[in-house]
Amino acid sequence: MSRPTGDRSPRALVGGAPRATYVLRFDGRGLTAESGQSIAAVLWNAGILAWRTTREGGAPRGAFCGIGSCYDCLVTVNGRPNQRACLVPARAGDTVTTQEGTGRADLAV
Amino acid sequence: MPTSPSDPSSPERAVSGPAVPDLAVVGAGPAGLAAAVTAARLGLRVALLDAGERPGGQFYRRPAPGLGAERPEALHHQWAAFATREAALRAHESAGRITYLPAHHVWTVVPDGGRWTLHAVAGPEERSVTLRASSVLLATGAYERQLPFPGWTLPGVVGAGGAQAMLKGGLVLPGKRVVVAGSGPLLLAVAGSLAAAGATVPAVVEAASYTAYAGRLPALLRNPGKLAEGAAYGSALLRHGVRLLTRHAVTEAHGRGRVEAVTVARLDGDWRPLPGTGRRIPCDAVAVGHGLVPQLELATALGCATRPGADGTVALELDAGQRTSVPGIWSAGETGGIGGAELALTEGELAAFSLAGRPAPAALVRRRARLRAFAGAMAAAHRPGEGWTGWLREDTDVCRCEEVPAGRIRQATRDLGARDARTVKLLTRAGMGWCQGRMCGPAVAALAGETSSAAGAAPDRRPLSCPVPLRHLAELPQDPH
Repeated sequence: MSRPTGDRSPRALVGGAPRATYVLRFDGRGLTAESGQSIAAVLWNAGILAWRTTREGGAPRGAFCGIGSCYDCLVTVNGRPNQRACLVPARAGDTVTTQEGTGRADLAV
Repeated sequence: MPTSPSDPSSPERAVSGPAVPDLAVVGAGPAGLAAAVTAARLGLRVALLDAGERPGGQFYRRPAPGLGAERPEALHHQWAAFATREAALRAHESAGRITYLPAHHVWTVVPDGGRWTLHAVAGPEERSVTLRASSVLLATGAYERQLPFPGWTLPGVVGAGGAQAMLKGGLVLPGKRVVVAGSGPLLLAVAGSLAAAGATVPAVVEAASYTAYAGRLPALLRNPGKLAEGAAYGSALLRHGVRLLTRHAVTEAHGRGRVEAVTVARLDGDWRPLPGTGRRIPCDAVAVGHGLVPQLELATALGCATRPGADGTVALELDAGQRTSVPGIWSAGETGGIGGAELALTEGELAAFSLAGRPAPAALVRRRARLRAFAGAMAAAHRPGEGWTGWLREDTDVCRCEEVPAGRIRQATRDLGARDARTVKLLTRAGMGWCQGRMCGPAVAALAGETSSAAGAAPDRRPLSCPVPLRHLAELPQDPH
């Protein structure tokens, strides 16, 4: 999460302010997104580090490599499973849901 | 096949420039960006394809324009080197000398009657794009090397480069109290940025010993700039009260559902944890990485020759003009061995001279030699010792995607006769998941007893460098041969 310690924060470090903020839904909860942030960044900003459970062990996972290489941050965005949260820009009105297993439970395979 | 502005068959493209550029550059990080603008200045028509939305690669990653950052350079050093090249890119783009194609992820390059065809997946809608070029420069960079430890799959344990990327790009931190661990100079930069951005960093835990550099004094003395950079990181860490623990490693992350603390232990010279030296440090995140691995999918698929590096990774074999062993394919930057942004900028420019058939300026050649010498010293100092596997437990997941624990990999080597990562993969599925072994590859190879310095060591081969919709493969024209 990006809560500042004292007067230090990522925002204070680079100055400026987001051009717009908007709300996206994560598992029914409203989160504030800043224009230009990836879905993973919005989740980290809200202190959320896990948004997937693994296929075998059902263990919680979130962003790891941050650059699209590791696929640990896969998430379901607007009903589409297996989206890399660290690469997908958050858009106003997005619905993000925790992805369980392969994210294809609806296919019953 | 659908057309796009980057498709030579598109009328829009035909008007704006020649159908076949002289050079396609893959990657707009320091090496690719420097190569593209230098080649354009030397008269070549260039197409610059990049997976990212903005030029700069991982090193010069900065917040999206919507975040309104007034001082993106606060998260960087050597910003001016990037800013001048980005300005040159925009000027060449306006003049029609460079076609810049962001959000284009090239997944394969194939020979095409004396030229090359590049296949890319473009944009969030995953359009199929093909582009032909007379020559190709691969500037695909690197990703982080990870060595697993118990608890490393807990949420809150993130890549050191990942934490840096999320901070630079999204202005967010993984936690308030972040232990930075692993090996390599990147850790100092990451710890400095996290602290400057408001995190508390209780310790930087470095497995190697910085005294290892002392054995490479000539390479250090030729690089006073690098020493000054190191000193700057050191004083930044002191200012923020960050401790640097060398010859130590995080040997376990603890927590239920997310990381709450780590155990840090002393290591012997071979990176074996010394019994009884473990102590707990409370934290809510861990940023971990053990150096970088050259990203070679496109190059190895083309058959480019590789060589083992002093850091235990495999890099491309390149000549003085940055040519690979495959005529018509050049490469620059981390693909030729991990060496940092300044070296990548230098090699990108050298490649451009060679591509344009011009003699390389002597200053560039000297700078490359000097920086490569430093890279060699750095690689040797931070090469993982073989004892690191001593901190794995049998139930520690090594392959994050397929959830394959160390015990099953050891069983494959001990009981089933596996001697290399490929056989381990076939027996256990380690490396067969979404990331295709990018995260577990070095660890699996170590557990299988492979050493990359061995003669004949080969990098992982992946026919596709990123996910490709099956419909794109179905639409490919038949191979005439």
